[in-house]
Amino acid sequence: MEDHIPAIIVAVPLLAALLVTGLWWFEQRLLFFLSMIAGVISFSASARLLLKILESGTVEYRLGGWAPPFGIVFRIDHLNGLILVIVSLVSLLNLAGTRTIAKKEFGEKLGPFYALYLLFTTGLLGILLTGDAFNLYVLVEIASLTGYALIGLGKGRAPISGLNYVLMGTIGASLYLLGIGYLYLVTGSLNMTDIARILPSILPSNVVLMAFILCLSGLFIKMALFPLHSWLPNAYTYSPSLVSSLVAPLTTKVMIYAMFRITLTVFTYDFAFDSIAVRLPILWLAIVAIIMGSIIALAQKRLKKMLSYIIVAEVGYMVGGFWLGNREGMSGAILHVVNDAVMTLCVFMAAAAIVYKLEDDRFSALSGIFRKMPCTMAVMVVGGLSFIGVPPTCGFFSKWYLLMGGIAAGQFAFVAALIFSSLVNVILFFRLFEIGYFKPYAKEITHSQSHADSYTHSITRAEAPFDLLVPLVMTAVLLLILGLFSGEIVTRVVQFAIPRFIG
Amino acid sequence: MESIESLIIAKYNYWAVIVLLMVGLYAMITKKNLVKKIIGMNIFQTAIILFYVSIGAKKGATIPIIMHGPDHSSHAVQAMDYINPLPHVLMLTAIVVSVATLGVALALALNIYSQYGTLEEDEISEKIMKSEPG
Amino acid sequence: MKLLATIVIFVWGGILFFTSFDFPYWGDGKSPASQHVSPYYIEHAMEDTSVPNIVTAVLADYRGYDTLFETAVIFSAGLACFFLLRVSDRKAPVFRLYRHQSTGVTLRIEKGGRLPENTGEFERIDSVWVPYDLIIVMTCRLVVPFIQLFALYVIVHGHHSPGGGFQGGVIFGAAIILFAISNNLRRSLKRMSERTSALLGSLGVTIYGGTGMLCILLGAGFLNYNALASLPGVDPLTARSLGILIVEIGVGIAVTAVMVWIYYNLSSAGKQDEGL
Repeated sequence: MEDHIPAIIVAVPLLAALLVTGLWWFEQRLLFFLSMIAGVISFSASARLLLKILESGTVEYRLGGWAPPFGIVFRIDHLNGLILVIVSLVSLLNLAGTRTIAKKEFGEKLGPFYALYLLFTTGLLGILLTGDAFNLYVLVEIASLTGYALIGLGKGRAPISGLNYVLMGTIGASLYLLGIGYLYLVTGSLNMTDIARILPSILPSNVVLMAFILCLSGLFIKMALFPLHSWLPNAYTYSPSLVSSLVAPLTTKVMIYAMFRITLTVFTYDFAFDSIAVRLPILWLAIVAIIMGSIIALAQKRLKKMLSYIIVAEVGYMVGGFWLGNREGMSGAILHVVNDAVMTLCVFMAAAAIVYKLEDDRFSALSGIFRKMPCTMAVMVVGGLSFIGVPPTCGFFSKWYLLMGGIAAGQFAFVAALIFSSLVNVILFFRLFEIGYFKPYAKEITHSQSHADSYTHSITRAEAPFDLLVPLVMTAVLLLILGLFSGEIVTRVVQFAIPRFIG
Repeated sequence: MESIESLIIAKYNYWAVIVLLMVGLYAMITKKNLVKKIIGMNIFQTAIILFYVSIGAKKGATIPIIMHGPDHSSHAVQAMDYINPLPHVLMLTAIVVSVATLGVALALALNIYSQYGTLEEDEISEKIMKSEPG
Repeated sequence: MKLLATIVIFVWGGILFFTSFDFPYWGDGKSPASQHVSPYYIEHAMEDTSVPNIVTAVLADYRGYDTLFETAVIFSAGLACFFLLRVSDRKAPVFRLYRHQSTGVTLRIEKGGRLPENTGEFERIDSVWVPYDLIIVMTCRLVVPFIQLFALYVIVHGHHSPGGGFQGGVIFGAAIILFAISNNLRRSLKRMSERTSALLGSLGVTIYGGTGMLCILLGAGFLNYNALASLPGVDPLTARSLGILIVEIGVGIAVTAVMVWIYYNLSSAGKQDEGL
């Protein structure tokens, strides 16, 4: 069983999803526990796998017993080992918080909700494990399809935002598929390391360049890099609250991982960074993404929409950091993938708690919220400080690496954009905190003395349910732990994820 | 550059695929009706499927099912006699994925219709503007 | 908008067109796509898996992991349609339409009213009603069993002729949908309820995933059908062929059930009282 851990990571949530669907028609109470068991098994298997990679290097797992390139293989090295642990942990933490809220929001469709949740997690874990280019497409599609369904069930503008997401996401995945088709046409293989072996003998080639651009464009649409980001704000704002705290931290980060994998393992560093001139245009796209994301976030009046535009800016950080091309920049990008997943989970889960209690997330409704939900807002403060980049939260360390990388590469526009975005985050979050402390005086004045009860009610606690608070607090603690151990993570894991010859 | 006619005959499958891709993309961008956009998405995916399948063709080869002799003896199998099976396998998956996406898109379109009463994008935007002041 | 779209497609189409000059000729047997990996499949499929249909061998054995997730995709599409559309029976339609057989009078009964007795004098009709057509109903009734038989043939004979789980599953699902269209949706729901199709769908994918896990438990890797050779009564030479058959049957069951499930939800917009 020990050797088959990679297969267990992805097979257990899949089988659990099927079991949940079957069981839901008969018995409704066990669904949550089944899903939690599957999540825990998956997380512990990923942690075990990461420890194995740290001691013995890259793990290759052959499916069906066939050697590559004739069969599909899992190829897990330091990069995806680390992200596997974080993705399964984020999914598990969010799942732990769904118990009461899911019953209220989805009621009669609880079984399909958990099944779609587990299938979404399976798709993401599969993307992280695979070493085959076409298999990546199939898993991207399964994660996307379940994402579309989960997002589409919100109220209000959810169906039209969901359909917009479907149309754009399908173009993205189809462009990626076309790129893989071009690669297959000229190399004859689908395995990632095998393509990398064959490519040097056929370069320079227009077809390979076109394949690279198509694959990257497809992934850019999926990760919502400006200007292809238009699906993201609406989709995340109007989706049900616990769905946005699942989809928002994970989808874009895993697509960014796919970009890392395609660029470093399939097309190799020499081709992507040195032979062709795409490095600077993509870097400028990232800089524009950071600036525009921050500016548009300033204009928002709803909490979740503001957070969604902050995500657009964060995507710019990671894409820009990677395409700087030097060791600090790439370390910063990889570390930021890990940190951003946890930060985004933190703030979106807090927003989910707020929406659950108040039914409204516009800033005008958030006055006095620090009195009503102190615990939730404390977690939101930690998350906000992490986005701003205050030590010892983890956001500071990844931003530090990105800044160092930008300075070392001489890209001062990128450094300026990072600093600008940090300042904008300060404004955004401190504005939120100020609104939260402001007491609703206007209401109390109109109450007569006999309505003394309602006066006290307007500032009594209406805290989030307990089983949402526990994962919230755990996430905030995780942010601090990740920050304190950033140095360890970089020297023991991230360093080996980047090819050795990069200076 | 070889003679133009051999170029056209030898590569017109790729050009047909490119034309279909552009038709699908044009439909997705310019049409206002949501169902027409969904059809454009389907045309886009179908064009990519055709591209892959046309990669696998070989002149003078037959379908990739190994023909048995009457005594079930295994005689040498020549790769040149059979067309490439791998693109067909990949496209079985892609067809299933496109059908699944179509199903989800139509389900969302049904929800939109029951919510707004129309499937034209500009009318839906108007209704959203009216119901959400500011 | 139209001008922008036209510019985009001509520019992009032009770039793709110029790239296609470097592609190999259509039908060239020596193109890179036909070297390296695919000759191995063609030459060794028979001895590795004892399945003459190379496409089935590659689909269910060499690249069986892809097919597992493809089946999961179609299952999640069924689940998604149910999740997005299904309106519970408590929020059932507010009125029902009944038609008196002999006189042709139509009754419209609002919610809370008394429904006619089940004597056969009144038939329940859809909002868009066409008269009972004997020819269509009898023809479909005669044809459906043959379609189902052909579907089963396609699934099981996928080893030796073009076919397999997906193809056969879709044909079987189409037979059931034909029954639902020619008669009405409620009759089809009585024969194959939504619960049955959902359970069969998850059963099909579980057969596939379960076979993979069984191979782990028997000592070999995930989806490595050689492990099945250690089961009693299995010939080691054809263990892989048996594994492929089991998996294809699982896929067929799943695809059938999901096709029917999606049809039930899409055609009635989730209410499942009247279909097309």
